Parts: sequence; C-alpha cells; structure tokens
Amino acid sequence: MAVLITAESKIICQGLTGSQGTFHSEQAIAYDTNLVAGVTPDKGGMTHLDLPVFNTVAEAVAKTGANATGIFVPPVFAADAILEAADAGLDLVVCITDGIPVRDMQRVKRELKDSKTVVVGPNCPGVLSPGFGKIGIMPGYICEKGKVGVVSRSGTLSYEAAVQTTTAGLGQSTIIGIGGDPVNGTNFVQALELFLDDDDTEGMVLIGEIGGTAEVEAAEFIKSWKKKKKPVAAFIAGASAPPGRRLGHAGAIVSSGAETADAKKEALRSAGVEVADTITSIGDAMKKALGVS
Amino acid sequence: MNIHEYQAKQILNKFGVAVLRGGVAYTPSEAKTVAREMGGDLWVVKAQIHAGGRGKAGGVKVVKSLGDVEKTAKELLGKTLVTHQTGPKGKEVKRVFVEEGCAIASELYLGMLIDRETGCVTILASTEGGVEIEEVARKSPKKILKVAIDPLVGMQPYYARKVASGLGLEPKTGGALVKFLLAMYRAFTELDCSQIEINPLVITKDETVIALDAKINFDDNALFRHKDVEELRDEDEEDPAEREAERHSLNYINLDGNIGCMVNGAGLAMATMDIIKLSGGDPANFLDVGGGATRERVTVAFKLILSDPNVEGVMVNIFGGIMRCDAIADGIVAAAREVDVHVPLVVRLEGTNVDLGKKILADSGLAIIPAETMADAAEKIVQAVKEAS
Repeated sequence: MAVLITAESKIICQGLTGSQGTFHSEQAIAYDTNLVAGVTPDKGGMTHLDLPVFNTVAEAVAKTGANATGIFVPPVFAADAILEAADAGLDLVVCITDGIPVRDMQRVKRELKDSKTVVVGPNCPGVLSPGFGKIGIMPGYICEKGKVGVVSRSGTLSYEAAVQTTTAGLGQSTIIGIGGDPVNGTNFVQALELFLDDDDTEGMVLIGEIGGTAEVEAAEFIKSWKKKKKPVAAFIAGASAPPGRRLGHAGAIVSSGAETADAKKEALRSAGVEVADTITSIGDAMKKALGVS
Repeated sequence: MNIHEYQAKQILNKFGVAVLRGGVAYTPSEAKTVAREMGGDLWVVKAQIHAGGRGKAGGVKVVKSLGDVEKTAKELLGKTLVTHQTGPKGKEVKRVFVEEGCAIASELYLGMLIDRETGCVTILASTEGGVEIEEVARKSPKKILKVAIDPLVGMQPYYARKVASGLGLEPKTGGALVKFLLAMYRAFTELDCSQIEINPLVITKDETVIALDAKINFDDNALFRHKDVEELRDEDEEDPAEREAERHSLNYINLDGNIGCMVNGAGLAMATMDIIKLSGGDPANFLDVGGGATRERVTVAFKLILSDPNVEGVMVNIFGGIMRCDAIADGIVAAAREVDVHVPLVVRLEGTNVDLGKKILADSGLAIIPAETMADAAEKIVQAVKEAS
C-alpha cells in the first residue's frame, strides 16, 4: 500500500496561490492526487484551481479533513508554515522550500521531537506514490507502480533512480526525497523503517551523497535487521568532490573522514548493501539485490 | 560565507569573548603604526587569508621590534601562501593582522557547530590545542569532549561547566571559560553561524582564557537577516567566476580538471563529476543550473565554464523533470550560438518530449554530440577531448 501518500491521503498546499504552488498543484491534480484545499494567509474565502483557499491550516483541516500538506512558501515563512501544519495535527508535512536558515530548522526539529507528524524536507523534491498521487515537484510520468521504495537526498538523482527502476520493470511503491539540508525532518533510517513495514515494498534504493553521517547511520540500521529484512541497493554521489567545498546542497561538504563517499560506500557494503559505482547502474544493482534478472 | 581572523575576533569581542588587542594593516607602514599605537615589546604579524594552516606555511611571525613588524609585513604582503587548505595555487596575502603577544601556559581546542544528527549546536573541546580536530578525531577520539545545547533552552552555565571540568581546568580558568562559552554561543546563534572554531584557545600564565585564533563560518541561507555580516565579505578571497555565478543564482565551483560540466540539480551534478572521473576524464567544475534551465541561465553557465582556460570540452547533463526537453534544447542551442562554444560539446537530455529535444539539437547545425545516457555522455566527452588535443 505504499507509504506516506496512500489511498487515505487528503492533501492541502500551503502557498497554493503563489506561482510555484499553483504550477506544481496543477501537476499534482493532473497526476490524480487527492488535493482538497489550499492555505494562503489573507486569501481565505477565494477559490484557486477549483480548490477552496483557507487562511489557516487548522481551518482547512476542520473543513476538509486534510491529513497531509505540501509547503511552497518562501524561506522566511517556511519554518512557521511547518510548525503550523504540525500544530493542526497533520500526519505528513512535506516542505519543498529551499534556503531556510539552519537555525529555523533547528527550532522546528526540536519542537517536533515528540510529535506524531512526519516532516519530509525541506529543500527536497517531495514524495510520490504511483497510483496514489504526489506532493512536490517530482515528474509523475517517469514513475510506475511497483515494488521498490526509493529514498534520496538529491532530487534529480531520485528521478534517475525512478527511471531506471521503471525501465527495469520493478516500479516503485513510494519515492521519498528527504532533501539536501544539514538539519531536516525525515532521515534515511526513518524512511527505511517505513519501507521495511510496508507490504508492497520488496526492496529499497538509497541515494546518498558526501557530507554528514546519515548514510553510515543507515548502514548501522540495516545491519541491525534481524527477522524482517529487505534487500537494499545504494549509490553515493560526490566521490570526486574536493574536501572542504560545499557542492550545491548545504549539507554536501566533507569535513571529516567519515563523510567521504568512499567511507559511506564501505559502511553500506559491510551491511550487505549492493552499492553501485555510478548512478547509471542503480537499476541493475537493485535487480541484483532482489535476485531478479 | 567565510571571514578573516581579525574580523572574527572583532565580532567575538563585541559579544564579550576574550581576544588579544590588535589591528589590521594593508601596508607595511600601517602595520608599524598599529604596533606602535598598541605598545609593548612583542607582536605577532599574521597573514589574513581564508584558509587554515597559515602557521606551517610561514604566514605567522613573532617579532620583537617595530622595525621587524614593518619588515615582516613587507615580506608577507603580496606573498602567495600555499597551505593544505588553499590548493596548489595558493592565496595572495593582501592584509596582515598585527596582534600583541601573550605568555602561553597551555593550548586547547574549542569549536561550536551544528550536529546534523541531533540538530543541536554542539560544543567540541579538546586538550589537544593547535592540532586539527579531524586529526585528533582520527588518532584519539576519546580526547574530544562533546556537549550538545538544546535549542529551546539555549546555552546554560552548566553546559559550560561540563566543558571546563571535562578539560580539567583550575577554578579560576574554568570560570573564565564559562564566561567565554556563554559569549561565544550568543554570537553563534544571534549571527546564524554554521561553525566557530577557536584553535588554539589559550590559557595564559596569568590564568586567563583567550582566543588565539578564530574562524567563523556563516549560514548562507540566513545572510538576508545579517546585512552587517555580508559587508565583511572579502571579494579578493573568492573566485571571480564563482561570484559571477552567485549573482545569477547558479551554483558554480571551479576545479582543476579540463572537462566542464553543466547539470541541473546538485546531486546529479556531483554524480556527473563522478562518472567523468570514472570514464578517465577530470571535471573542471561543479555547476548546478537549477530547475529552470532557461536560455538565460544556460548562456551564463556556458560563459562561466568557458572562462576557465583549462576547459577542453563541455558535458551538458539535464534531467528535465517537469520542464520540457524541447524548451531546454531551444535554450541550449540559442546559448551555444550566442557564446560560440569552441570546444567539443556533448549533450544528454532526459525528460518530457525528449525526442523533440534531441531533434532540435540535431537540426541546429551546431557540432553538438548527442548522448543517450549519462555513461554514454561521459565516455563521449572524454573521447572527444582526447581526439581534439
């Protein structure tokens, strides 16, 4: 039944009336996503893309029963938007916004420590479950309903993984873009946990990159699997990156030995993960890990 | 964003962090004036560049006369320092910092950074001062003390006392360190820093605690709320092409290779560099043109890539996603015409209307080498560069 976005999802868009919110909501509707409302402060009462617009998330939840949101607001307002969504009791908050100050995300992460709300992002391409819809900016046509769960820090690399698993005839249960910021919501371990418990997911593709130690923690988590296990294939971007330079994603900077591509690949290999040396062979690596030819 | 040591110390001092007296100088005579006004009989002349390892590279000198202050400043200004952080090209010294001396009893390490796993500002401290913390982490990880600060509670004195006691400080110096840490944390959060490093932190013979060196990095995403910090930017320390890229909101980083690359998305850009290297080539840059690979952005990107004289070929790798490939192809063709790309150009497109996009490239009359996949593109550009040279 896929994860995060399922048949039960009722989705709103925070920032629906803005240009990004409008464009990507149109795309989501065309992909048969169950989008039920929009939220833009001071624009409550209007109708946009045939959807009702509310001033607050709480109002949108009360009137539509929404349980998930996609955030497309400018960086200055994004932390507030995430906290508002969690406060309104939503199960899933996907924040697409790029450029949020780290201090704002630190506060969000701490505030939501014991919250039931799952935050994905920020600075991410979103979440897509073929057959159930999407939140974010991922192109729907490269995906196909199937059995691989994809989790990626990078947006465009998640598209590469989608194309390859589609071409390989495996398809995807859900694709989760966790984003490239140093302090974010859902991490690799939490995404893998979701996939491990999902009956439709038979194997996982993990796409990481240099910087931080989230991939090493994922490797430790995979090693700890006892009875319940699923095959994992992985790629780590940035093997050729010079140390100490930030490459695009704020999180992609190597500041210690454990954060290099080689160290991460080694950790994943030691956990039994099928590691691809190039992104172009991630589909084959997943097939190999699943034991299909 | 990075700043110089003397700027970092000025900022920290405003928040109450203990530093030595000193002043910046752009000429040898200014350096002498700074030293004379400060008084004393011992000064340290320090080259100001945005890179660590200055001491080992001969960029920090202790001198004992005003004449030697001037002489040393003359030697350092205009000199190119090569440290393990500058790369082989090194960095030219354009400013020196003249600081008073102090009687050092011991050297410690103190850092503050944001721990990704917990999302908390975390203090790193070690008795191994003056050594790179990465090296300490590798050789003796137990010598690093870590204390995480809850962002909702903020810095409490007991966090600081934990650090002082962990470092085994005497009561007087311990008390001075607590005051030091409280001030340092205030600077960290109020200015949206991503890292502050005090290495070494010095315990003086009269039992005070002083930042002998200081490095501050700022969170670029938060610069919009710190205009005064942004004014400290030293454009001489930054690559001109990288600055130009920033003005067009492109992400460009110059590297040492000969194959330029233009990619959308940071992850895909890194993976493209990786695959060029695996195919036997050497990437000349990292360049993320972002989601909207429009004609304007692609034109600027081509100009940036070709401004590097080492570039002998260019690989374009665009995954259109929601953008249509025909629109992207139109942009590439128009930009390649405008910029006159004179080196081999390989283009790989993927996304909506990809066949239409490929047709536009083929019909353009330009010598664009089409590629089916990323691997195919990397092989083709490496081959084309070999043949052209």
